[in-house]
Amino acid sequence: MKILVCISHVPDTTSKINFANGDTEFDTNGVQFVINPNDEFGLTRAIWFKEKQGATVTVVNVGGSDTEATLRKALAIGADEAIRINANPTDGLFVAKELAEVVKNGGYDLVIAGTESIDYNGGMVPGMLATLLGYNFINACINIEVDGNNATAIREIDGGKETVSTTLPLVIAGKKGLVEEKDLRIPNMRGIMMARSKALAVNEPTSSASATKAVKFEKPAPKSAVKLVSADNLDELVNLLHNEAKVI
Amino acid sequence: MSILIYAESAEGKFKKVALELASYAKNVADAMGTTVTAVTVNATDVSDLAKYGVSKVLKVSNDKLANFNAKAYADVIKQAAEKEGTKLVVLSSTTDSLYLAPIVAVNLNAGYASNVVALPVSTSPFQVKRNAFSNKAFNITEISTDVKVIGLAKNSFGLAEGAVSLTEEDFAPALNDADFNIKTENVEKVTGKVTIADAEIVVSAGRGLKGPENWGMIEELASVLGAATACSKPVSDIGWRPHSEHVGQTGKPVAANLYIAVGISGAIQHIAGINASKVKVVINNDPEAPFFKVADYGVVGDAFEVVPKLIEKLKAFKANNA
Repeated sequence: MKILVCISHVPDTTSKINFANGDTEFDTNGVQFVINPNDEFGLTRAIWFKEKQGATVTVVNVGGSDTEATLRKALAIGADEAIRINANPTDGLFVAKELAEVVKNGGYDLVIAGTESIDYNGGMVPGMLATLLGYNFINACINIEVDGNNATAIREIDGGKETVSTTLPLVIAGKKGLVEEKDLRIPNMRGIMMARSKALAVNEPTSSASATKAVKFEKPAPKSAVKLVSADNLDELVNLLHNEAKVI
Repeated sequence: MSILIYAESAEGKFKKVALELASYAKNVADAMGTTVTAVTVNATDVSDLAKYGVSKVLKVSNDKLANFNAKAYADVIKQAAEKEGTKLVVLSSTTDSLYLAPIVAVNLNAGYASNVVALPVSTSPFQVKRNAFSNKAFNITEISTDVKVIGLAKNSFGLAEGAVSLTEEDFAPALNDADFNIKTENVEKVTGKVTIADAEIVVSAGRGLKGPENWGMIEELASVLGAATACSKPVSDIGWRPHSEHVGQTGKPVAANLYIAVGISGAIQHIAGINASKVKVVINNDPEAPFFKVADYGVVGDAFEVVPKLIEKLKAFKANNA
């Protein structure tokens, strides 16, 4: 089985978010970048397939050369090869179109992406990619098993979960549950050394089609200070929730 | 060219998000000088939509669509949009709608903006304000395509009644076998309990509760408020509570009207997951807990003393306001 894992290069989850150039750009100053958490679950699941059932794992990212450290980390975790599409990812549709080219050229059976990235939170790339390719697609996927050409998956639904079956080729948008957090792989020294000799191809983009653009960013208005209520006066809290906040 | 919404229903009845979506779309339609059309799948009584400003409903009734199927449902929405000559399709942010929207967008050659939190900043050019960076910032996004798809973040607009007269029309879009390539084998739904996805109020607890045996009072507090229960990441990692209750950046997002956090210190990833909630109450014995910085109301005190007392006060309040 040929697996492609789409990797988004995102600010670390604890990053303070600031903007530059008149709030038109994300300020990367002092920000540490990591593999998007949802993609990390997918990558670990792909490595699991490789070890248990036999598969090749390619990782791909659309981004500038600064994202190569993130791809190298994915190689150190166990991916076999990496592809970087050398472009600034302008919007979800652009990323999906570039990824679709990679999938068409590589003939992948299973494409794993994160349900959403923690920077732009668009949640659109996997669904757009599958639709552009005409592949089957499962969103919010929290488990996937593959047997030959058949796949069984569990996806989240509001208030529960649903088991579905389908066939390859398949795109899944995964999240925590594909593997547990304690099972996430951390690169070891051997992996880091091996990653240095693994192939990292750089492809030029094939188009520049975007449907949306980020015009400006805003930070939420500063919050007023918390109103503290004495633990001995909880009637006051109930009163505030009813009369002031009007939520009960 | 009316605005098209997909009004989600379950067992024939509209979900509250469908009515919120109608309210939102009516306001956008007024600004654009047009009307709102809804497409529904196996909904029986559609009159509720008229109360919130929908003037036309395309009713799809098809047993093959009894289970949600993203490709087929997306086909329904696409054909409804084409039939109506719609330039703007608005979906909600339920798990199903988040699944549908990117498929609909590609099929309609439309740009898509998700997590939209307010009425459009401008309709020409078409710009919307959306949540980004896990609710730590907003992004104004411009959609440049002729047809546009947007997803409204849950609880971001609320309900706004504005009755109009309603036309109903049966609609039978063409579906093909490939639409059903994903087969539903089994559905497991939590029943008899408020789930995080549907909850207006969420009561959440963290490691400060010291053990899973102490969750009884959290469930009781939730029960008094008609709330869902949730937990912090460490709690689900240790296995005190199921993963489905974990809220935060890698867990479930919560956009409730009221979020009550008990014994949760407030890690940045947790805050990111609940920041879209309107009112936040924090109960913690550590006055330095970072959660107090983002809370609206706080009680510094021992959860084991505060929560039982709060339950009694709320019961008394409910009895007086029944």
